[in-house]
Amino acid sequence: MKTASATLRARKEAATAWLLLLPALAIMLVFTVYPVLRSVALSLTKYRMGMPTPEWIGLDNYVRIASSGTFWKVMQNTAFFALMTVLPSMVIGLGLALLVNRRGRHIGFIRTAYFYPSVMPMIAIASVWMFIYMARNGLFDQLMTALGIGALDVLSNRNTVLPALSFMYVWREAGYLLVFFLAGLQSINEDVLEAANIDGATGWKAFRHITLPLLGPTMLFVSTIAFTNCFKLADHVIIMTEGAPNNASTLLLYYIYQQGFTNMNYGVSSTLTVIMLGLLLLVSLPRFFSQDKKIHYA
Amino acid sequence: MTIKKLKSGSLSVFSVLLGILWLTPLVWLVGTAITKTTFNMSFLPRTALTTENLTYVWNTIPFGQYYLNTIILVVGTFLIQFFTSTLAAYSLAMFKFRGQSLVFVVIFMQIIIPNDVLIMPNFMTLSDMGLIDTKIGVMLPFLGSAMAIFLLRQNFKTIPRALGEAARIDGANLWQTIWGVYMPCAKAAYMSFAVISVSYHWNNYLWPLIVTNSVNNRTLTVGLAYFAKSKEANMQWSNVCAATLIIIAPLMIAFFVMQKQFMNSFISAGVKE
Repeated sequence: MKTASATLRARKEAATAWLLLLPALAIMLVFTVYPVLRSVALSLTKYRMGMPTPEWIGLDNYVRIASSGTFWKVMQNTAFFALMTVLPSMVIGLGLALLVNRRGRHIGFIRTAYFYPSVMPMIAIASVWMFIYMARNGLFDQLMTALGIGALDVLSNRNTVLPALSFMYVWREAGYLLVFFLAGLQSINEDVLEAANIDGATGWKAFRHITLPLLGPTMLFVSTIAFTNCFKLADHVIIMTEGAPNNASTLLLYYIYQQGFTNMNYGVSSTLTVIMLGLLLLVSLPRFFSQDKKIHYA
Repeated sequence: MTIKKLKSGSLSVFSVLLGILWLTPLVWLVGTAITKTTFNMSFLPRTALTTENLTYVWNTIPFGQYYLNTIILVVGTFLIQFFTSTLAAYSLAMFKFRGQSLVFVVIFMQIIIPNDVLIMPNFMTLSDMGLIDTKIGVMLPFLGSAMAIFLLRQNFKTIPRALGEAARIDGANLWQTIWGVYMPCAKAAYMSFAVISVSYHWNNYLWPLIVTNSVNNRTLTVGLAYFAKSKEANMQWSNVCAATLIIIAPLMIAFFVMQKQFMNSFISAGVKE
């Protein structure tokens, strides 16, 4: 009797649990799980504007993309942009966090100054920096002229356009990553550092051998965020360059957008989406593997 | 001791100087927006103060409508998220049931995959539903928020079960227990979730750009982007700066007033994932 009533109660509980989950779960299934499956399915089809239904072509999209110069150019740009932004914004973010990890009247002001770009829409940042980077008359070119280097017109040159976008991006991202490093730094037990100080480890030595290792889990987490953030951005490309000059600034998400919404080639756009999903999975993996190995110091 | 003081003093000076450097784009933006147009761009304004640029863009772009649209979207999204995430978080914090781990897989999927990456398939889904160029269409993908569910669940779990059980014995139903016991205890988590949600949706661009195509539904960010690239803007930096200032002002002011709350919110939403 008792077990029967217990199972009944468990069933009732499960029903309540699912009912409470239903609204949020339904949205997540339709707009997160289904689109992933749909992308995979559509990536195996030929599907353009004007076609009533997608036409199965197997792996043709992948084969065609793999032999397309533009695609490899885009992947190269995406990798270059990640390389130019992820590590620099992490290093600068950590540096800024060390600077503001103190008490004082000016600390509030400094934290505000470093973090405010994260509260600005990327679209606003891009609009402002578009003028900063404007040819000749822009602030950057004025500075270069004053320094005797001469106007560079960075956004029109295929060699400088990505570094220019990266510089702007690091300015924004470093302040964002700062908050996570700050949280990490503040979770370090002060006794540990004090003990190290007494033992003669100060300054750089203490940072290198105590603080940095203790920040390990934070580093891992921050690197995932930094990679994900830099992949998921197309706003700056849309506003500032539209991929110009000659695809030198086309990043993967912008390419997905262009193929899907300008060229109306849904099959190819889906194939690129699948590749993007692969990239995101790749950069998120370390975080999941590390979960059970997470070491709690002090 | 004096060396230590000197060191800390020079660090302070350095960090303040760096802060000023960080602020330069904002200083230029505000200075350019509120002074008379110049032929040559200059870092610090050299002309008289004016509201010309602000009134020009306010009258050229339907900013009033865009403000209204954005506020409706931001508030609507948050209120619905508030409701759906609270229920889901309560369910995941309180009950153990078969299939629960699958729900977590879905939640982690959303945390790994940013919505912007799925623009293509989600646009198709929205199109199938006939919701292109509607406000509900802009909101829909965000109404089940993994971040909010996770944040609230972690918080609910720290609340002693006895508290909820006591309320149930006193005759409170499920909803009354959540509303009366769990929500008040998780105020800080709700605050973080509100800050993240509002700033995300105020600033969001790509999704509203592809979903909307009329003035009645366009958001501020989409309106700014159209203007920045239009003939009316004519590469006129004072006008674009004025337009930019108009769209960033509310959130910026809120941030400058509540800097600590903002930064803590981003930490709790990220780290607790």
